Amino acid sequence: MIPFIKKRPPFSLKRQPGFGLIAGLCFVMLYAPIITLVVYSFNAGKYISPWEGFSLQWYVAAWGNEAVQDATMRSLFLAVQAGIYSTVLATMAALGTTRTRPFRGLMAIYAMINQPLMVPEIVTAVALLILFAMIKSLTGIQGMFYLVIAHTAFCIPFAYLPIRARLEGMDLNLETAAADLYATPWKTFWRVTLPLLFPGIIAGSMLAFVISLDDVVITEFIKSSGQETLPTYMLGQLRRVVTPEINAISTVLLGLSISVVCLLFFVERRSRK
Amino acid sequence: MVEKQGTGQANTEAPLPAAIYAERVTKAFGEGKKKVLALDDVSLTIEENEFFTLLGPSGCGKTTLLRLIAGFDQPTAGAIMLRDRDISQLPPNQRSVNTVFQDYALFPHMTVAKNISFGLEMLGKPKDYIKKTVGDMLALVKMEELRDRRTDQLSGGQQQRVALARALAPRPQVLLLDEPLSALDYKLRKEMQIELKQLQLETGITFIFVTHDQEEALTMSDRIAVMNAGRILQIGTPRQIYNQPADRFVASFIGRSNFISVEVLSVEGRRARLKLSSGREVISPLPDNWVPRGRVTAVVRPEYAQLVAGSGDEGDLQGVLENIVYLGTDTQYHIRLPDETTFVTRSQNQCQETEAFEDGQSVSVVFKPEAVQVLRS
Ligand SMILES: Nc1ncnc2c1ncn2[C@@H]1O[C@H](COP(=O)(O)OP(=O)(O)OP(=O)(O)O)[C@@H](O)[C@H]1O
Ligand SMILES: [Mg+2]
Repeated sequence: MIPFIKKRPPFSLKRQPGFGLIAGLCFVMLYAPIITLVVYSFNAGKYISPWEGFSLQWYVAAWGNEAVQDATMRSLFLAVQAGIYSTVLATMAALGTTRTRPFRGLMAIYAMINQPLMVPEIVTAVALLILFAMIKSLTGIQGMFYLVIAHTAFCIPFAYLPIRARLEGMDLNLETAAADLYATPWKTFWRVTLPLLFPGIIAGSMLAFVISLDDVVITEFIKSSGQETLPTYMLGQLRRVVTPEINAISTVLLGLSISVVCLLFFVERRSRK
Repeated sequence: MVEKQGTGQANTEAPLPAAIYAERVTKAFGEGKKKVLALDDVSLTIEENEFFTLLGPSGCGKTTLLRLIAGFDQPTAGAIMLRDRDISQLPPNQRSVNTVFQDYALFPHMTVAKNISFGLEMLGKPKDYIKKTVGDMLALVKMEELRDRRTDQLSGGQQQRVALARALAPRPQVLLLDEPLSALDYKLRKEMQIELKQLQLETGITFIFVTHDQEEALTMSDRIAVMNAGRILQIGTPRQIYNQPADRFVASFIGRSNFISVEVLSVEGRRARLKLSSGREVISPLPDNWVPRGRVTAVVRPEYAQLVAGSGDEGDLQGVLENIVYLGTDTQYHIRLPDETTFVTRSQNQCQETEAFEDGQSVSVVFKPEAVQVLRS
């Protein structure tokens, strides 16, 4: 006799009751604020809430606002530097943790590199504030220097993760083949490892750039007066008057982030071809 | 202690500097209990211009030996000489040895031509020399049209050719090939076997070829080293390996074999008089000055024995025909001997032939001259 077997479809989360509803809610909660923000950046009115018609006046205002210009330039300058330095350091760290024999304490090093992802930002911010205050009072050195160091430090894990993933996925035989074809270790690195690593480096640096660009907590704690970045400037503005100018700046920032993410995606796609 | 085996190439001085001379090379992986002896006291000499094959089952240490010659690993003990120069401690980029990897390991971010010129560029050759050599290499492997292709847009056989050209372009003293044909389908593999052999003749470079396919080894090699469990069991020409296997492992690894028990009656020079289980006596040649004694095992290849009807005195062994296997080119006969072992003979088929034997029939086996070969173990 053939036993009667009820054919059951494999488990699928999609078929669970309420799945569609929950998913829909999540999307609304994620995107409703952003859409509101973008829509109201084109509001002609002086205040954020009532809609008074379409206008680009807040973009024009933000563009002409010297404080905004100043903060934007500082933010970009900071993000570019932090992006470059953290990527260089992350690349070296990734090479050190994947291209050597496993050694004792490797796990501890992973934890240390990824520390900024685990320790609450506010703790790091306070710690840096105290440390930098000590250094400042001892040496008297002022300037952007402190912000660059802090941003570089917390950007490292974001740059490190994609670079390490790329290195681990790389065929080690390729480096062996280069050595076999008379390449010195240095040449092997420049001609084979680095070009193959490049998509990972691009991805890592862009992530670092975006992370630095929108940092508030650490920057707010350690900046000196006159070192507003775009996010801290906006925070400061919100405390006083709230105009759609903030919406306009946010929308531009959003656009910038989206372009970076798209570019990143594009690089990923091309490299996998 | 296991007796030292091989045909005596080891530890003898070659008159000309050998392309590769490995002296008592041992390679161990791991420590303590997890220690694996991938190579156990291996010595061998590979002559200039030779097509030399390392043959053995999976895990016997073939790749390990190649990696030591290429310089990707260092031996635990022993030395490796390249044309009389000890290279054991040199990094791979300072050895005039190139490798064709099993998975080719072509650089995916370079074109075919760039892959081929890589080694020449690293050696700092002049530009026009590189250009000319790359052209020659592309012609040699018939890949001229694909010179600007990216290597991930090539078929398996084309990748294989690029890998070969890339490794040959710097004109190494020795080319190492680690199962280069195993990723190809049967037909392409056969074609590439011929091309490889041709390439070796044209370039005059010493090839060290790794395979676990005995047929491939027999058809391509000048000499073969049969390996098992980190040791070299026998080194010889394909004929020597096939006709005079040193031991039971070599005999069973290469081709089909019948193992029979024989008694040594006397040894004169390099010939032994043997008594078979049927009482008949045969003369067997001995490979070198080794004197077997008492009961030993001997091997008979199926095609070196002939079947005749009847159980008369004319045969060397008597038995009952148990099974007939028709294989197209030839026919196999399985014969049950009085001691309950099975003996297989094979004879080539002729056209318009009808089967002369039938199952259950009493038959005799007649050995061709020198068919019985005494084994050391
Ligand atoms: N890096 C390593 N660490 C530990 N053991 C290893 C290492 N490389 C090889 N071995 C061991 O050494 C032995 C020989 O390996 P090797 O790769 O030389 O075999 P092989 O003859 O090339 O086999 P195959 O035909 O499967 O490629 C195996 O038992 C293998 O497990
Ligand atoms: Mg192998």
